[in-house]
Amino acid sequence: MRAGSLAPTSLTAHEVEEVRRRLGREPTEVELAIFEATWSEHCSYKSSKHLLALLPTSGRRVVVGPGYDAGVVDVGEGYVVSIHIESHNHPSAIDPYGGAATGVGGVVRDILSVGTRPIALLNSLRFGKLENAHSKWLFSNVVRGIADYGNCIGVPTVAGEVEFDESFERNCLVDVVCIGVGRREELILAEAREPGSIILVVGNYTGRDGIRGASFASRPLDGEDDRSAVQIPDPFLEKLLIDATLEAVERRLLLAVKDLGGGGLATALAEIACKGGAGIDADLSKVHLRESDMQPTEVLLSESQERMIFVVRTEVLKQVTDILEKYEVPFSIIGVVTSDRILRFRWYGKIVAEVPVWAAVEAPIQERVVQTVHQFSRANTTLRPSTPDLHEAFFKVLSSPNVASKRYVFEQYDHEVGVRTVVKPGDGDSAVLKLPNGRFLSVKVDGDPQKCHLDPYMGAMNVASEACRNIVCTGAEPIAAVDHLQFGNPDDEDVFWSFYQTIRGLTDYFSTIGVPIVGGKVSFYNEDSTTRRAIKPTPVIAAIGLAPTHDSVTTMSLKTEGDALLVIGETSAELGGSEYYRVVHGIEQGQVPFVDPRLDLRIFGAVLTLARVGALKAAHDCSRGGFGATLAEMCVSGSLGTTIDLSSLPRVGELRLDELLFSEGRTRIVVEVPKKQIGFAASVFERYRVPYGLIGTVGGRTLRILYDDRTIIEAGLDELENAFEKPIPNMMGG
Amino acid sequence: MRVLVVKFPGTNCDYDVIEALRKVPATYPELMWYRDAEPRGYDVVVLPGGFSYADRLRAGAIAAKSPLVERLQDYVEGGGLVLGICNGFQILVEAGLLPGSFLVNDSLRFICKWVNLRVENALTPFTCLFSEGQVIKMPIAHKEGHFYAGELSTDLVRSKRAVLRYSTRNGSITNIANPNGSDYSIAALIDTTGRVLGIMPHPERAVDPLLSQDGSVDGLLLFLSIKAWLGG
Repeated sequence: MRAGSLAPTSLTAHEVEEVRRRLGREPTEVELAIFEATWSEHCSYKSSKHLLALLPTSGRRVVVGPGYDAGVVDVGEGYVVSIHIESHNHPSAIDPYGGAATGVGGVVRDILSVGTRPIALLNSLRFGKLENAHSKWLFSNVVRGIADYGNCIGVPTVAGEVEFDESFERNCLVDVVCIGVGRREELILAEAREPGSIILVVGNYTGRDGIRGASFASRPLDGEDDRSAVQIPDPFLEKLLIDATLEAVERRLLLAVKDLGGGGLATALAEIACKGGAGIDADLSKVHLRESDMQPTEVLLSESQERMIFVVRTEVLKQVTDILEKYEVPFSIIGVVTSDRILRFRWYGKIVAEVPVWAAVEAPIQERVVQTVHQFSRANTTLRPSTPDLHEAFFKVLSSPNVASKRYVFEQYDHEVGVRTVVKPGDGDSAVLKLPNGRFLSVKVDGDPQKCHLDPYMGAMNVASEACRNIVCTGAEPIAAVDHLQFGNPDDEDVFWSFYQTIRGLTDYFSTIGVPIVGGKVSFYNEDSTTRRAIKPTPVIAAIGLAPTHDSVTTMSLKTEGDALLVIGETSAELGGSEYYRVVHGIEQGQVPFVDPRLDLRIFGAVLTLARVGALKAAHDCSRGGFGATLAEMCVSGSLGTTIDLSSLPRVGELRLDELLFSEGRTRIVVEVPKKQIGFAASVFERYRVPYGLIGTVGGRTLRILYDDRTIIEAGLDELENAFEKPIPNMMGG
Repeated sequence: MRVLVVKFPGTNCDYDVIEALRKVPATYPELMWYRDAEPRGYDVVVLPGGFSYADRLRAGAIAAKSPLVERLQDYVEGGGLVLGICNGFQILVEAGLLPGSFLVNDSLRFICKWVNLRVENALTPFTCLFSEGQVIKMPIAHKEGHFYAGELSTDLVRSKRAVLRYSTRNGSITNIANPNGSDYSIAALIDTTGRVLGIMPHPERAVDPLLSQDGSVDGLLLFLSIKAWLGG
């Protein structure tokens, strides 16, 4: 892009008129650029704000809720944990390596923006079918991009999920979650409160990369000129920025920190001024630039990576700049905080924009009306395709890339750095980290577009339930969550209706179980660039939980020969959106499993009771792939076999064998309990009024699944391990 | 024992090494920025892992040219001990304090996982609490970990300067147990003075029984060895 050749504004004619009305005059070019950034869907949530307000966001532990760069919860003993989720879907679709890497960088800076130390990364990735060459290219480069960035900055990538589905072939989804930890009294908020304090731009040189990234994210991909909207990653500078910021935070030198993300300086400065009830007077010509001939609008809208805003008192400015010089982090002093609540930008001293802060920040809400979609038949079909050869189907499901081991991915991530990772990738349903207060933090991210596509309300409940279930399976109690809602074009009635149903589902689930949503993002316009087909609705939930001591922490691997296996929860014939339907029958229809959040609460209570007294030797939830896959994973992980009887599974109605083996509903957890504790476990389950069954015994070198005396599946550990571990490496050529 | 832990731009295991050293009795680790670091007066200098200078040029190449690393030769001649972990090992090789060079892993990908290591030499300051032939466990995390020294490698193994080698759980040296393609599965190497150790796996990540699958703390034993060697 050449200097001064910015594309015409992406504001609508109606919005430009609104700008005129608010200013009472014709806006300057720079002013229009501010509004374009702050009013973009990406920054303003103008289509979704009124619905997002439904989500439950408060709770005893919540210190900072939605609206800041990261949510913050109290974890006791003076410590807090921060969490944030970001996606880089559009950039990753175009430049998978750089797009994914810069996604990591951005979310890490969000964690720094509340004054906390980033301690873990998670990611949730979705691509087209892995057989497809384009998907392979996206997949390998996204993983490499995340690995190279996360490994270099020394933040471990500890958990995640990967899914392959046709609807993501041209619009892959790359969600990244970052977790931070800090002292409660050292928290800082991105608010410019004190007039006279100094504003610095810290970090990378501002260049033309990523200009208009926020508006790019707020429309569908169209190919040609999209590449200039993708930013260039520099993890080395990010590492120096992290070290410098944390040193300044520890020495209490910063009043406010803010990541320069979507919408660049325009959005970041408007937001800190708004939150602090102040104004800002900054000279854009003072920003350190990568290219000297940049125009003020370009400086304002650039989304060059690895940049932050620092707000500091004049008295400590020297100490802050000394730290930045020590770490060789470039910076420039661009202006001051004022009391007049006006954003005033200059260019070599001359005023080029003067906008009341409220006018820039409060985008006109587009209150879309949710249409009732009558014809939503995908979920309601009562299908019962004929039963296939079960042995063959079992292996087909287990080796589907959606179920098979993701070792290919997580071995490329440094998941150990920081020396906190107690439960590592592949070992448990979620990762568990040791916190400085002696507690243990369980973290996981989940999505399930298959089910959300069939029934967005119940699908969202399934996603929420699975994320919390995964936390519980490691012996931790869910304490907070963040959401990322990814949809197609909101102008499409079907898409917007799904969005509304998703929010209803999440609200109903999380308010019932009493877990607050402390942050989130919305990403619209995710659709195939050629077919214009929207992606399947993809709400992604990242949940965190706490375990009080290490004794409570549990993994999925079978532990001891002779222990009992029990299953908690009922199996149902609701196979809609299951891996079995997808890979064995090629069906994208059917009933989505019913979720009862009240029952979930009781199941969680029962499992955590076992964990607290040390009776929970292993736990694994039945989700993708169903009961059979759950058992196979427990066997492979523990290098131990088991014999179980399907006839002991509690169930809803009459079920066929394939339904018992492959159903992904409803909330069910398989637990390993020492033989002498069976009676105790049973009394706990009865007290909590949860259905359960004693299904078998741990031992041997084979997984044997019986129905009464009939053998349904019999497979040796090596055979299971091959089927589970080999598919992805084989498809990726070793 | 006084330990100097050096931080270069891009070092990211400094904090982990300090935490590990805090578990060693009567040990005083100090973290210093590379420009401020002076090895004189310390018993041990540790170069921790990470991506110093973003692995630009070659992993460790730029840090190897820093005044601090250039002073290490004299420090070692004066009796000081040097431990280079992962990127620290790469720096020592680039600086010529240890022989050989590093290539990208045979898989061409970054690898993070726990590995088994066979102790080949228990008569060094860094391994004196192990016994020869013992199999220990630590995690690796690197992309350029394929140690290559051409014909010299045979000597390194024969003279037991290859202090640790990647092995199976039972201590067999096999191709499958070699995670990155290193010559003779070499995982750690000592110099001719016996005072400079480069190690590719991360001992500082194997010091807490909660964080290893089987409750082992072999990394801590490496740090405790140094303390035991130096006496009292």
